[in-house]
Amino acid sequence: MELAPKRYADTVALFATGRIDHATAEPFKAALAPHLAVCVAGRDRLVLDLGGVEYISSVGLRVLMLASKQAKAQGGSLAVTHLQPVVREIFEISRFNLVLEVFPTLREALAKLSPPALTAFDAI
Amino acid sequence: MLVRFWGTRGSIPVAMTSAEVQRKLVNALVAAAGRGLDTAGKARAFVEGELEFSISHTFGGNSSCVQIETGDEDYVVCDLGSGARVLGNTVLATRGPAGHRFHVFMSHLHWDHIMGFPFFMPAYLPGNHVRIYGCHATLEEAFRRQNAAPSFPVDFSRMSARIEFIRLEPDRDYDIAGLRVRAKLQHHGGDSYGYRIERHGKVVVYSTDSEHKQDDPERMKTFVEFFRDADLVIFDAQYSLADSISVKEDWGHSSNVVGVELCQLARARRLCLYHHEPIFDDERIATLLAETRRLEEITRGDHRVEVWAAYDGMEIAL
Repeated sequence: MELAPKRYADTVALFATGRIDHATAEPFKAALAPHLAVCVAGRDRLVLDLGGVEYISSVGLRVLMLASKQAKAQGGSLAVTHLQPVVREIFEISRFNLVLEVFPTLREALAKLSPPALTAFDAI
Repeated sequence: MLVRFWGTRGSIPVAMTSAEVQRKLVNALVAAAGRGLDTAGKARAFVEGELEFSISHTFGGNSSCVQIETGDEDYVVCDLGSGARVLGNTVLATRGPAGHRFHVFMSHLHWDHIMGFPFFMPAYLPGNHVRIYGCHATLEEAFRRQNAAPSFPVDFSRMSARIEFIRLEPDRDYDIAGLRVRAKLQHHGGDSYGYRIERHGKVVVYSTDSEHKQDDPERMKTFVEFFRDADLVIFDAQYSLADSISVKEDWGHSSNVVGVELCQLARARRLCLYHHEPIFDDERIATLLAETRRLEEITRGDHRVEVWAAYDGMEIAL
């Protein structure tokens, strides 16, 4: 699985596509790993844009939980955005909307997380 | 087979509070306004046919105990939580004091799963026979210890029924009480065991107090096989998925989300949410059921899994 990155100042948006389930969770985790490694205090906040994700299973949600924990432990942050209706319902039913930072749009995520990133986003 | 739930609550028995009863009454009266329910018959028809389950019923508060009626005289039971007290009293009231044989499969020996036995009246009456099966080495010790000082005033030796403890090995088929039974090790503090119970082509899986660790896909596959084509999977769904892999990781319980996924992969026919969180009131469990049904619907492939939430007194015919 590929995570297409796009940088906005001190924040990196990662665009995921497809299904994140028992078959793809490990590749998803591997694709996330290098971005997580540099998600530390003061640089490279991560926003995961799931607009292209049609389904996420418990295994995929667990990858997100571990990634969020790692980011926090390193002083960084990870948020998710742009959930499609099915994925949004899965987040709500699993209560992941309560333990991860979830934003309706990438712009709203950047507005909350980083003013310089928002400025960079709006400048494009 | 008929599956009857005597206790469905997780961790500790609970009872409705006065405030909860009052809230149900208020909601029922508001719903009944202007309906002209001036006879008991009309009122009953309204309650049974039109009121929401969470208003007209309760999921109950007894801890784990499930009976599997096979059609034979012997009783088959999973776990002896506080629901076993009601089961025992019902047997004595409807079938007399003696001549009963019980086969009990124990998931594990935590308090909430054995606490009904000191109040299981058939065990105190001569002429009854209780066979308790389990995989734990401390099976007999756990029961004797709770029926003894300082935990209980009546010693185990005062139980006049014939009581036997039978150790089972996991991953091995046994023929017991006309059933094919197989136990499976589950992830829970001190270990727990699920049971796959088959008779005449019908399959019930009793899988409570079982945490599913998604970092071990091979082990997850073994549960898919354990649940394979089951007519009913009774599944520990005490926590939300988020809680079960964060603040409550390694507390030994699972979620509705994992229950749906495992049953979908196993092509099980029915999923029954079980071992309900003790802090949940009826409305909360009803919401959990509605959400779980919705999850099953939006993630369904070519196989539908019926989703239910167990309540004390519920019966499911297979």
